[in-house]
This record gives sequence, structure tokens and C-alpha cells, in this order.
Amino acid sequence: MPEKPKLSVYWASSCGGCEIAVVNLHEKLLEVDRNFDFVFCPCLLDTKVADVEAMADGSIAVTFFNGAIRTAENEEMARLLRRKSRLLIAFGACSVAGSIPALSNLHSRESHLRTNFLDSPALDNPDGVVPQTRTLVPEGALELPAFFDTVKTLAQVVDVDYFVPGCPPEPHQIWNIVAAVIEGKPLPAQGGRLGAGPSSVCVECSRKKEDKTVGRFYRTWELIPDASRCLLEQGLLCMGMATSQGCGALCPAVNMPCTGCYGPPEGVRDQGAKMISALGSVLDIGPYKGMTEAELVAKTDAVLDSLPDLAGGFYRYSMAGSALRRSR
Amino acid sequence: MTRFEPKIVGFLCNWCSYAGADKAGAAQTPYPANFKPIRVMCSGRVDPQFVLQAYEKGADGVMILACHPGDCHYKEGNYRATQRHRMLLRLLEQFGIESERCRFDYVSAGEGEKFVKVVTEMVETVRFLGPLQHTRFSN
Repeated sequence: MPEKPKLSVYWASSCGGCEIAVVNLHEKLLEVDRNFDFVFCPCLLDTKVADVEAMADGSIAVTFFNGAIRTAENEEMARLLRRKSRLLIAFGACSVAGSIPALSNLHSRESHLRTNFLDSPALDNPDGVVPQTRTLVPEGALELPAFFDTVKTLAQVVDVDYFVPGCPPEPHQIWNIVAAVIEGKPLPAQGGRLGAGPSSVCVECSRKKEDKTVGRFYRTWELIPDASRCLLEQGLLCMGMATSQGCGALCPAVNMPCTGCYGPPEGVRDQGAKMISALGSVLDIGPYKGMTEAELVAKTDAVLDSLPDLAGGFYRYSMAGSALRRSR
Repeated sequence: MTRFEPKIVGFLCNWCSYAGADKAGAAQTPYPANFKPIRVMCSGRVDPQFVLQAYEKGADGVMILACHPGDCHYKEGNYRATQRHRMLLRLLEQFGIESERCRFDYVSAGEGEKFVKVVTEMVETVRFLGPLQHTRFSN
């Protein structure tokens, strides 16, 4: 029997949801096993890093790499798996654009360490111990991977062949990619996206879209939206119009606004800037004819005051991949 | 020590502000050479991505100059531009970029002098702030 191509799934700074999405292939997982030798996946298999190091360079056919690059260990694993894999795929929002871990880019490493180890009221740390990369104890030296100041995307550290967005990527999209590899179908140009469409979530959303104007935003707990009308038109911050299609508009289908996990649509680089662009076309500040310059500013600001956290809302899944990447 | 010369990129609407800049030119009123004008058909065409890209490419400040309220050639492009600008300022603040580095103002086709005034003010304000030192652009 000829040797099966090798497959690996690795997690860097992530939550494990991408592995759940892979397992959600259900019985198709047997199909994956029939076609691939699943060699490395810390969440599901017992192979060690040393086993990967022992493999020949380029011997893994495909690696699905999920998770952002937050620590020196994440970066080391990214470099190792790049070397060992013929196709390295950034899998899921964290490795594509930073996702939730990259929201910490609005703060510094020092402030994280201070909050988590010194300032939090639930702490008991009288000696003010803060993690070090190297600590000497009587038994020898203990080492921890360095904690970076800025969370990075996978492509900011190594060359990436393809990008699969989503938090997590939808199982049917994962299957399409795996099936294409199994059947040897031609993949799109290197560096492209797999498992997502060119347009926005709105084209997949079946809600009725009418006159798109928003005079005030509501948090999701402030109202129970009408189940058939566009959520944005009802004042919920739905990121659908600045988010790539690919999920099938799952969240709006259950009355929850899109939070943007599939990242910006094709051709858009900065999801937050594009969301501002889109919202600028629909904000309703009342009849503006005859308003003075100062009134325009004041009324716009009043509407915006109902949106508490623009950066956190607009870049929830794409901070590390955005134009600014982090706060100063 | 040489004086810091800020780079200011300006997006000027074709119908009012660009004509205003032309008027300043025709009257031979000097304005700082730090200002690099880019003509757009309407201030409403200015995608906030353009502003971020300007910072990325080395601008220390960005101006968006529009028709006065009620004067937009496309009826409401300038209102849309104001709204986007107000949102963008909030976002920039969260990213640690001073609001003075992104100025929105109204300049009509007849206001050559106002054009020179707002551009000069912007250059001096940003000169005072110093170069845009965002971590993203320095490494």
C-alpha cells in the first residue's frame, strides 16, 4: 500500500475551537483518515514536538495552523511546521488576522503582566512574582517562552500558502478544502483564501433589508430584535456588511448580529476602516438640512455614544492583520 | 538641529476644496510645501482605509477638505464624510493616534484664503506634535 500523505493540525495562541471544527466533520473524519496519515495534533494525538523535528523537511503534505503568534513558543512552532510542511495553511481567524488574542494589542505587555500578576484584586502575590523567561532554582534553570508585546498573525512570522478565515471555519468549508486536496483539484493562486466567498455576509443573510438607517445603537441585551428584518436597521451593530461571506450567515439566522469572524471581504484590507465607511453611509442624525457644522458634529457624536468600543467591535477578529495592528 | 517638517496628505473634493486650493494658487498666496493634495471627486469618496494607508506610507497628518454643509455636488457626500471622520477619530484615539493628526474641514471654491489658513494651522499643529511614531510604522 502506498504511503498516505501526512496531515497535521497545530494550535498556537488559540482556544481549541478550530480543532472542534475539524472534529465536526463527523463521519467525514473517517474519509480524512482514509486519505491522510494524521501525524500531529496536540489536541487529539499523542505525537510530540520531537517526533515532528525528526521528520524530514517538507514531509508533511498539509498543516492546518490555528492560533495567533503570542509567545516565542508559538513562533518557534510556526517556523518548525513551515519547514516540515509543503502546504502551510493559516486556519481560523486567530492565525489569519489575530482574532480575540490580538485585542490585547490595545495594551502593552507590561500592562498585561501588571494586571494579571500584580494588580488584580483576586491575587495573592506578596512577593510580586512576575513570569520570567529564565528563573534559577536550586534544581536548575526553569525556562518559559517569551511573551510578546504584540500579537502577530501567522503570515507576519512565516510564509503562508493559504488562508482559511472563520472563528472557527465552518466544517462544510473545511471539508471542501480537504476534498479538493484529496481529489487533486487545482487550488487558487498561492496566498489566496480558501473556504470563503468574495462578497459579504449580507448576501448570505435572508433577513429583509429595507431603508438602511441607524439613529441609535443598542447592545444585544437591550432589545429582542424582530426575527425577519435586517439587524442593523433595528440598531444592532451587525458587522455583516464589512465581513466576508463563507459562514452562511449563521448568527443573524438566530437573531444575533454578526461579529465579523470571517474577516474583511475580498479586496478589503482593513475591516474596521471599511465598517466606518459603511456605517458612515447609514447613520441617521435627523434632517441635516440647515444644520450648522457644530450641530452635525454634536448629533453624530450623540449617535456614536451608543457604540462603546469601536476598536473592539470593528476589529474583534482582525486587529493583528489590520493597518495599525496595535495601539501606539 | 533641523526643524521637523511634517508630511501632510490632504484629500480635497473636486468641486469645492480643490477649486479653493486652485484659487489660492491663482492669487499666488503661498502655503506650506508640507501639504500634498490628492483630488477626489467627493469627500464622501474618502474611504477611511485611505487615511490609514497615508499614515502607513509616512504621513504625519491627514486632512479631509469638503464642501460646506448644503453645498455638496452630490447632495450629501460631505455629511457622510463628517460622520466617517467622527468615527475614525474615536478609533484613532483607541490606537493611540492624536485626533489633531486627522483634520476635517470645509473649504469652498471661493475660500482660497481659508484653504491656506487651515493647511498652515495643520502643518504647525503637527510640527508641534512631532513625527507620527506609531510602533506599527517604526518596526
